[in-house]
Amino acid sequence: MSQEIVGVAVTFLLTLLLAYPLGRYIAKVFKGDRTWLDFMAPLEKFIFRICGIDATKKMTWKEFLKAMLTINLVWFVYAFFMFLFQAHLPLNPDGNPNMTPDLSFNTAISFMVNCNLQDYSGETGVTYLTQLFVITFLQFVSAATGIACLIGVFNAMKEKTTTNLGNFWAILVKTTTRLLLPISIIIAVLLAFNGAPTSYAGKDTITTLQGDTVQVSRGPAAGMIAIKHLGTNGGGWFGQNSAHPLENPNYFTNMLEMVAQVLIPLAMIFALGFYIRKMKFAWVIFGVMTVGMLALVIPTMITEIHGNPLIAKMGVSQFNGATEGKEVRFGAAASGYWSIVTTIISTGSVNSMHDSSMALSGLMQLLGMLVNAFYGGCGVGILNYYIYIIITVFIAGLMVGRTPEFLGHKVEAREVKIAALVTLLSAFLIKGGTALACYYFVHHPNADWATKPSAWLNNPGYHGFSEMLYQYTSSNANNGSAFAGLNYNNPFWNITTGFAMILGRFLPIIGPVAIAGILAGKKYVPESAGTLRVDSLTFGVTTLAVIIIITALSYFPPLALGPIAEYLSMH
Amino acid sequence: MKKYILPALKLTLVLVVLCAGIYPLFIAAVGRLAPGQGGGEKVVVNGKVVGYANIGQKFTDDKYFWSRPSAAGYNAANSAGSNKGPSNPDYLKDVQAHIDTFLAHNPGVDKKDIPAELVTYSGSGLDPNLSPAAAQIQVARVAAARHISPDKLKALVDRYTEGPLLGLFGPSKVNVLRLNVALDGMAGGKTAGQ
Repeated sequence: MSQEIVGVAVTFLLTLLLAYPLGRYIAKVFKGDRTWLDFMAPLEKFIFRICGIDATKKMTWKEFLKAMLTINLVWFVYAFFMFLFQAHLPLNPDGNPNMTPDLSFNTAISFMVNCNLQDYSGETGVTYLTQLFVITFLQFVSAATGIACLIGVFNAMKEKTTTNLGNFWAILVKTTTRLLLPISIIIAVLLAFNGAPTSYAGKDTITTLQGDTVQVSRGPAAGMIAIKHLGTNGGGWFGQNSAHPLENPNYFTNMLEMVAQVLIPLAMIFALGFYIRKMKFAWVIFGVMTVGMLALVIPTMITEIHGNPLIAKMGVSQFNGATEGKEVRFGAAASGYWSIVTTIISTGSVNSMHDSSMALSGLMQLLGMLVNAFYGGCGVGILNYYIYIIITVFIAGLMVGRTPEFLGHKVEAREVKIAALVTLLSAFLIKGGTALACYYFVHHPNADWATKPSAWLNNPGYHGFSEMLYQYTSSNANNGSAFAGLNYNNPFWNITTGFAMILGRFLPIIGPVAIAGILAGKKYVPESAGTLRVDSLTFGVTTLAVIIIITALSYFPPLALGPIAEYLSMH
Repeated sequence: MKKYILPALKLTLVLVVLCAGIYPLFIAAVGRLAPGQGGGEKVVVNGKVVGYANIGQKFTDDKYFWSRPSAAGYNAANSAGSNKGPSNPDYLKDVQAHIDTFLAHNPGVDKKDIPAELVTYSGSGLDPNLSPAAAQIQVARVAAARHISPDKLKALVDRYTEGPLLGLFGPSKVNVLRLNVALDGMAGGKTAGQ
C-alpha cells in the first residue's frame, strides 16, 4: 500500500513542478512576450486572415461576451445535427445508429459547455466521425473558451482603468495553438506508446484462449484521451472512460492522465500572479485551493484504502482496499485520489466507478463539485473562485464598516448582486432538479414515459437519492462524471440536465466577466493603509470560511439525505 | 450579432480542420510505430491471435486462473461496471454468491484469505489483471486440475508478477491472459506466449 500512496504524492508534486513554469509561459503568451513557440505565429496570422479577424481590435466586456456566445451557438447547432445524422455520415466502421433528438440535444450541450456528461456509451452511441469532428473538436475549443474568458478577466485586473478585455478571437486561437495542441500531442504520443489505440480501424473479432468469440472496440482514441484531460473535459472514448484498459492501460498512463487534468488549472493560478504581477495573491489562492483539495482527498483515500465495512463482515480479505468498480492496476489509493481531482476540477473522467465508491467518498466527490473552485476547470475554476472573492470582499467590507474594494476598484451593489445571483443559481439548479426528479419518482413512478421513473435507479434507499443528486450536481458544475447506475438516457434526464448544464456554464462565465469589466471601468483608488489586502493570509482564510459557509448552508439538507445517511446506516 | 457570426463560422471551420482533422491523423501516423501499430497490442500463440494484452478475458474453467467478475461479461465491445452502491442489499448477496462459488471450486481455501477483488466487479468489466495474492490463491485448484506441482505454478505466478512502476509507484499485478498462455505452454512441455 505504501507504494500506492507514494505514487499519488509524487503525481501531485510532479503536477506542481510542471504547472509553475507553464503558468509563467501562459502569462508570456498572452502578454505578447517572446516564447519558444513563436514559430506558430505565421499559422495564427493565416487563420486570422482567412477568417476575416482583426486580432488587434480591442473588445469591451460586452463585445467579448457577444463573440464568445455567438461562436458557442454555432458549435451547438453544428454538434446537434452531426449527432442526429451520424449513422449516415462517413467514418462509422462499427455501424452505430443516429442519436435520438433528446440525446443529441444533451450531448451537444454537454461537449459545448466542457461538461462531457455522457448519456450514451462510447462503443455503441457515437461514430469515429462524431468522436473526432464533434467531441474532440469541442474538447479543444470549450477548454479554450474557458481559458479565453479568464484571460479577459486577467486583462481587466491588470490595468488601473480600462475598457479593453482583449480580443476574444485572438485569445481563443492562441490558446489552441500555443497551449492545448502542443501539450496534447506530447500526451497523446506517450499514451499511444503505452497501448492506447490510434488507428482508424473498426471493431476486431477474436477467439479467446478459452474459445469464446469476442468483439473488441477500438479507434483513434489516444488524441482524444489527451485533450479530454488537458482541457478538463472528461468524456471517455469508451463507455467506462479511463477505467477502460485501452483508455488508461497502466499505472504510468494513470499518473500521466492525473497530471494532465490538474496541470492547466494549477498553471492558471500562477499565470494570474505573473500576468497581473501579484505573485503573493496567486500563492494565497493556491493555498486556499490546496487546503480545500486536501480536506477532500485525504478522507477519501483513507476510506477507500479501508474498504467496505459490509464486505469486511462477510469475512474476505480487503488487503488492497475497496475493489468494487476499481481496476487492479490502479489500486484503491490512486482511484480515491483520481475521484477527487476529477470532481474538484471539472474533468469528470473516471478511473473507477463513483457509484460504487464508499458513502463518505461519494460525499467528498459531491462537495468537490458543489464548491467547483478548488483549482476548478480550465479557466472557469478561477472564474468561480472570483465570485467567492467578490462575496468575501463584500462581507469583509461590511465587517470592518468600509466600502468594499478589490484591486483598487470600489465593489458596489451591482457587482455584488451579480455575484450573489451566480451563487444562488447553482443551489437552485441542483436542488430544484433533484426535487423535480424525486417528485416524479415518488408520485408518478409508472408514468408512461420512455423509461418509467420507477426504473431510473440502480440502487435503493439513500444511495438511489444520491444518484439523482449527483446527476444534477455534475451537470451544474459542468463536471460530467456520474453515479452511472442512474438510467439517464431518456427525455426527462436528457432535457433537464441539458438545461442545467447550459445555465451552469454560461451564467457563471458571464457573471465574473461582467463584474471584472465593470470594475475595470471604474476610477482607480490608490492603495492606502485602510485598503483590504487580498494577498494576505487573513483574506485567504476568510475566503475559505465563506466557501465553507455558503456550501454548508446551501447543500447540507440534500447531502444529509443522501451520502451522510448512507454512511451512518453502514457504520 | 451579425458582426460576430461570420468570423465565428469561419473560425469554427478552420479549428475543426486543425483539431479534428490534422491532429488525430498526425497521432495515428506516430501511433504506427507503437506496439500493435496503434490497433492495440495483441497476444499471439503459434501464429494465432488469442487476445489483446490489455483486455481481460473470461476464464471460468478450473484449469485456468480466473479473471475478476465482470459486469460486462468480458464483452470488449460494451464495457460496463456494476454501478452498485456499497450498501445495496442485492449487491451484497451477489458478492456472497461469488464467495460461495469460489469456495466450492477451491476447497481448502480459507475464506479470510480470498482477496475481495475476486468477488467484486471491476470498473471496466475488462480488467486484465489480478493482484499476485489473487493469482496465488488459485494455484492449488489449477495445479490439481492440470496435475502439475503447486510449487511449479507458484514460481510461474512469481515470474509473471509485474512489480510497481519503476519499483516505486503503484500496486503489483499479474496479467491473467499472459499467465494462462504460459500455463498452456507448460502443459505442452514448452513455453509460449512471452
